[in-house]
Amino acid sequence: MRYLPLTDVERGDMLTKVGAVHIDALFADIPNDLLLKAPLDLPRRKTELEVERALTKLSNRNIPASTSSFFVGCGAYKHHIPATVDHLIQRSEFLTAYTPYQPEISQGTLQSLFEFQTQVAALTAMDVANASMYDGSTGTAEAVLMAHRITKRRKAILSGGLHPQYGDVVRTVSHMAGDAVVSMPADVHADEDIIAKIDDATSCVVVQTPDVFGNLRDLSKIADAAHAKGALLIAVFTEVISLGLIKPPGEMGADIAVGEGQSIGNALSFGGPYVGLFATRAKYVRQMPGRLCGETVDADGRRGFVLTLSTREQHIRRDKATSNICTNSGLCCLAFTIHMTLLGQTGLRRLAKLNHAHAVALAEMVRDIPGVELVNKTYFNEFTLRVKGNAATVIEKMAARDVLGGVPFSRLAPQSGYDDLIIVANTEVNSDEDRMAFVSALKGSL
Amino acid sequence: MTIRYSKDHEYIRVDGDVGTIGITDYAQNALGDVVFVELPSVGKTLAKGGEAAVVESVKAASEVFSPVSGTVVEVNSELEATPATVNEDPAGKGWFMKVKLSTPAELDDLLDEAAYQDFLKTL
Repeated sequence: MRYLPLTDVERGDMLTKVGAVHIDALFADIPNDLLLKAPLDLPRRKTELEVERALTKLSNRNIPASTSSFFVGCGAYKHHIPATVDHLIQRSEFLTAYTPYQPEISQGTLQSLFEFQTQVAALTAMDVANASMYDGSTGTAEAVLMAHRITKRRKAILSGGLHPQYGDVVRTVSHMAGDAVVSMPADVHADEDIIAKIDDATSCVVVQTPDVFGNLRDLSKIADAAHAKGALLIAVFTEVISLGLIKPPGEMGADIAVGEGQSIGNALSFGGPYVGLFATRAKYVRQMPGRLCGETVDADGRRGFVLTLSTREQHIRRDKATSNICTNSGLCCLAFTIHMTLLGQTGLRRLAKLNHAHAVALAEMVRDIPGVELVNKTYFNEFTLRVKGNAATVIEKMAARDVLGGVPFSRLAPQSGYDDLIIVANTEVNSDEDRMAFVSALKGSL
Repeated sequence: MTIRYSKDHEYIRVDGDVGTIGITDYAQNALGDVVFVELPSVGKTLAKGGEAAVVESVKAASEVFSPVSGTVVEVNSELEATPATVNEDPAGKGWFMKVKLSTPAELDDLLDEAAYQDFLKTL
C-alpha cells in the first residue's frame, strides 16, 4: 500500500479552491470542546513492517471469544454459524453494494430480502417487516420516531429493563428532535410499574423482553394499558433466538417489534455491522421506516419482487420522508436469512431449547456458591448474578483465568449505582467444560 | 355552488360557507395511479396555501395545499380503502375534504373554470 502525503502547497491550493483560510474552517460545525487540542499521541513515522508488528502485538492482548470460555452477551451473542452461511454470502452477486432499485436485474437480492421480511414477520408474529435496519438500537430509536408520527404525540417511556445503550441511542435521537423521553430507573427484578407512567401525552412505551437482565416480561397488560391511553407498545429484543421459545411480541399486543438479529448468521465482529429487525402491524406500514420489498407479478403474470411503498422514502419525499434511513443491512440480513433457512422452524426451536438448557445448567451450578445470588425468577439464555464485591473487578479476575464471565452492569450504566451485578449469557457453544471453568473462575475471583 | 381552481391543481366547490376540496383531473393524470391519500383530521385549522393532505402515486408523493383558510369539517375516509377513486372520479367521489371557510374573500384569488382551462394551455 502506498501512502502519499500532501505537501503544504497542495493543501494551500485546495483550501483556496474551497474558499477556506485555514483547515480549521472545515471543522467549524464541530463544537470546539469536542475537538482535539493536540495531535494524537502516535509515533511520527514507522515502516510498514514495524506497524504490522506493533498492531499484531496489540491484537494478541485480546482474549478471543473463539478460544476462551465465553459468557458475554447483552446484545451481542456468540452462536455457532454454519459454514454454508459464510460461503454463500461471499458470492459476488450478493456481495455487491448495489441498491436493488432496478428489479429487472436484482431479482436474487430482492427475493432474499422478501424471504428475510417473511421470516422476521413470522418470528415476531407481526404483519409486516422491513428489509432490516442498521442494528437493534438504531431500530429502537426509529420505532420511537415512528410511534410519534402515528400518535402525533412526542413522549416516549423507556422501561428500566431496556438495554441502557439502546436507551442512550433513543435519548440522543429524541434530544435532537426535541422529543421527550421518560427513562425509568434500572429494573433488576422486573417489578417496575410502567403502566402508572402512561398518560394522555404518551406516544409509546418501550419494553424489552427478555430484558437486559435476562428477565422475561409479559407485555400483554402493558399493551392494553398503552392502547387505553392511545399510546403504542414497542417491544424490543436483543436476543432473537429467544423468539424460538417464548411468546412473540405480536401475540402480546405489541404495535412495533424491534430488535437485534445478530444472533442468527452474524458473527460478533467487535460489535458490528449488525442487523436490526423491525416489524409492525399492517395499518402502520406507511409510517414504517426503511426499505420494503414486495411480491408482485410481471406483465406476463410471473411472480417477481420489487421495492415497494418507496414514496415514503427520502429519494422521493425528501424532507417529508418517513425516515432518513432508506438503506438496510443487506449482507447481514442475507446471512440471517440463510441461517434461518438452514434452521427451519423446528431447528430454531431446538436451538432455543438448547440455549435455555445451558443457562439452566449454569444457574444450577452457581446457585450454591457463597456470595453469589441469582437475581432472576425467569430467564431465557441470559441471567444476572449479584456478587459480593465489585462486579467489574470480579470479571477482570475471571478473564485472567481465561474465562470471559459476562458483562458487569456498571459498564453499560455507570450511573445506575449497581456495581455488584454481572449479566451472564449462555448459548449453544458453551460446553460442560466451559461451565465448570466459569464456576471455578468465579469462585476464585470473589 | 361555485367552483374555483388553484395553480397547484386543487379545486374547491363552494356551497354556502363550506368548500369541498380535491385535485383536478389534470393533477390525477400527472400523478399516475394513486395508491395512498393521507388526510387531515377533522377540526384541523388550515391556512390558505398550507399543506392540507398528501397524495401518493406509484411514482411520486405530493402535498395537497388548501386553496383557502378554514377548518376541516369532514374528510373522505373512503379514500383510505380505495385511493384509486381519485383517478377515476377526481371531481366527484374522489374529493379529499370539506372545509368551513374562514375568509370567503380568498376565493377571489383563485381561478374560475375558464381561467383554469386557459392556465392549463400554458403548461
